[in-house]
Amino acid sequence: MGSIVLKQVTKRFGDVEVIPPLDLSIVEGEFVVFVGPSGCGKSTLLRLIAGLEDVTSGTVEINGQDATTARPAARGLAMVFQTYALYPHMSVRKNIAFPLKMAGLDQAEIDRKVNGAAQVLNLTDYLDRRPGQLSGGQRQRVAIGRAIVREPMAFLFDEPLSNLDAALRVNMRLEISELHQKLATTMIYVTHDQVEAMTMADKIVVLRDGYIEQVGSPLELYNSPANLFVAGFIGSPKMNFIEGAEASKHGAHTIGVRPEHLVITQDAGMWQGTVGVAEHLGSDTFLHVAVDGVGTLTVRAPGELALRHGDAITVTVPGDKIYRFDRDGSAVR
Amino acid sequence: MATTHSRTAARFMISPSVLLLLGWMIVPLSMTIWFSFQSYNLLSPGTEEWIGFLNYEFFLTDPAFFAALSNTLLLVLGVLVITIIGGTLLALLLDQPVFGQGVVRILVIAPFFVMPTVSALVWKNMFMNPVNGLFAHAAKAMGLEPFDFLAHAPLFSVTLIVAWQWLPFATLILLTALQSLDQDQLEAAEMDGAGPFSRFIYIVVPHLSRAITVVILIQTIFLLSIFAEILVTTNGGPGYASTNITYLVYAQSLLQFDVGGGSAGGIIAVILANIVAFFLMRMIGKNLEA
Amino acid sequence: MARSVTPRRKMVVTVLAWAVGLLIFFPILWTILTSFKTEADAIASPPLFLGFDWTLENYAEVQERSDYFRHFWNSVVISVGSTLLGLLIAIPSAWAMAFVPGRRTKDVLMWMLSTKMLPPVGVLIPIYLIFRDAGLLDTRTGLVIVLTLINLPIIIWMLFTYFKEIPGEILEAARMDGATLWAEILHVLTPMAVPGIASTLLLNIILSWNEAFWTLNLTAAKAAPLTAFIASYSSPEGLFYAKLSAASTMAIAPILIMGWFSQKQLVRGLTFGAVK
Repeated sequence: MGSIVLKQVTKRFGDVEVIPPLDLSIVEGEFVVFVGPSGCGKSTLLRLIAGLEDVTSGTVEINGQDATTARPAARGLAMVFQTYALYPHMSVRKNIAFPLKMAGLDQAEIDRKVNGAAQVLNLTDYLDRRPGQLSGGQRQRVAIGRAIVREPMAFLFDEPLSNLDAALRVNMRLEISELHQKLATTMIYVTHDQVEAMTMADKIVVLRDGYIEQVGSPLELYNSPANLFVAGFIGSPKMNFIEGAEASKHGAHTIGVRPEHLVITQDAGMWQGTVGVAEHLGSDTFLHVAVDGVGTLTVRAPGELALRHGDAITVTVPGDKIYRFDRDGSAVR
Repeated sequence: MATTHSRTAARFMISPSVLLLLGWMIVPLSMTIWFSFQSYNLLSPGTEEWIGFLNYEFFLTDPAFFAALSNTLLLVLGVLVITIIGGTLLALLLDQPVFGQGVVRILVIAPFFVMPTVSALVWKNMFMNPVNGLFAHAAKAMGLEPFDFLAHAPLFSVTLIVAWQWLPFATLILLTALQSLDQDQLEAAEMDGAGPFSRFIYIVVPHLSRAITVVILIQTIFLLSIFAEILVTTNGGPGYASTNITYLVYAQSLLQFDVGGGSAGGIIAVILANIVAFFLMRMIGKNLEA
Repeated sequence: MARSVTPRRKMVVTVLAWAVGLLIFFPILWTILTSFKTEADAIASPPLFLGFDWTLENYAEVQERSDYFRHFWNSVVISVGSTLLGLLIAIPSAWAMAFVPGRRTKDVLMWMLSTKMLPPVGVLIPIYLIFRDAGLLDTRTGLVIVLTLINLPIIIWMLFTYFKEIPGEILEAARMDGATLWAEILHVLTPMAVPGIASTLLLNIILSWNEAFWTLNLTAAKAAPLTAFIASYSSPEGLFYAKLSAASTMAIAPILIMGWFSQKQLVRGLTFGAVK
């Protein structure tokens, strides 16, 4: 139950190829995150799986069966939309019941399932309200409720948290992760936020311009990014890239150093520079250090530091924390 | 963006309206074009013959055509000037906080909902009539000679009636546009030292310019086809003094039964309207993309 | 943020606004007042504003003339009939263009609008002749057909702009939830679009009710709606102001009331969404 396999799938809108031939397989029970900048094709890919768009060529298999031309409802998938897409004219109860009603279940069965879902999602007190009377987080839960009552083979999430404020987003992230633990159903989650991807995923698919740049677990992507794009996309603050002579010393066209791997040393070190802007977050301090011949490096130092604009410092990085890339941007191993 | 399934359904659902409108546009219009090259009078059936551009020649060289053309333009321009200036002032007034704003709005909008024949008759008889009209009473009260509006200033009178009907339209659209003006912009301008007059010229007027263009274009489309008001007030007279192109074509075809000549006039009206429509469509099209 | 305004200024503006409003409304008010006068009072000199003998006699007389109600009924049948027929044709089209837009959707919409720009005199003769030969002259069916066609572009446009505001994701959610196309339109789109459909209906009834080119040219006595009926007063004999006023009041009252309800939508409908 819940495996999804894409074989040589492509999608064109007119003359524009949004998804070039693409292969991907998702194992049952996995939490897969599609991540990438806007316009990378991640949402299109999700809609192809949902059946809301036709594939131009290739096949979509769900549970080992060819579902390429199956109608969305026949695929056994449930989707949570970015705008929640709740039916504004129906109560919460009716919203959650809608897929069951469409499937022709009898009323007692519908009531039982709706009440069950409401209990799981803490919505019992809100069942008779309209979506317009709910907060963003509650609406989100209704959308999830509408998805879980169908007991789908897989859940599809299309940037479900992007309309929530920062604090709520962290909460909902945990709730969705917990839901995945509880249900152990396949989930495909689309986001442009690498933090969401890193915190929730079993497997991350990084997309750019319709191409899969890399597939792997969060730590695989963090520790051994396949190329410059993935290296720059995963991790916050962003990885520092250095080209030219410094890179050549390490036998690469470009080298990458993560801000958190740069260590501030008192005297001898790799690079000497001047502190520009210092951002004091309490738990961390981000320093933007201008180094001659290298450029501006972002340094992430734990704790509080008494460094200010204009201070001279030396930073260094352990040799095994230097990421090396060739002229094409691919990682040199 | 959708699936083949929904695209097929969409095509199926659009087709009735497309076919109907296509038929409505093409069939009668090509018949009009065909008739306009014929000598064809309903009073002498069976004598139809192809006469080339003769109908156009007659129609375009008829002094009545020039009278009608200038009347059409004067009527359109007159109404536009009155409604846009009046509408802007009214919109500015109604945008202010006023006790009973809703009621005032209703009073101002009301004329738009009065059917053209009613408003024309009410104005003709109860206001402009030289004996019993209110204007005559007012003139007499001031010791003046009552003025026979429809006999001595027929086009002006028709313009007045039509402007009264369309003033609410202009007001309503300009008011809507005015209310969508970002208050922050006005406050920013005030912080920048702009006085009320400068704010009006530099912020309000540019903001309204788009709405004004829409009012001009849409009213022009309707005003080119003014018919009922002329029919019930002056019948186009005296002489051709208040005949516009629409009325002239009507008179030619349904009063004199000259199908050929009327059709040629109709085609000329279509061409005139197309010139206006061209600009209107471009504006609306731009809006569709935004 | 509404600015606070001094009470004095608000008073001045209020007086001015009410004065202008009443001035613009005056012809309608005068018509309504006159409809309650006797014919003699109606043309009294100097004119009587309120100090006259109020009477309902004119309404009774207009009512007695059975033809008034026939014309009224014609207006109802023609405007409501053409509007409902138009909606029936337009709703599926607007659904398709709003939610399944293709490369040519915009062109189709613009083209539909362009048919509205066609001046009626351009097609008067052929329509007249076709109607004459088809026996549709002076029939309600004929007028329903013509008014449906001339207002169809406005109906489609209005519905389109309303449907556009309904997020496509909601319809997709319904599709994911297993709704068929029919269920999607019936259970999700239509209930959400009710306000839009209602205002389209209202505005279109108003426009059809007041349409005065085709109704005047294609009817004689039998199918003439109120526009044509009122026009027949244009060359009357004898005293008739009060009766004209009564007939006029009855002709415009239902539309005035509907119009006041739909004033917001009016702007949108008549500017094809260019001004909201």
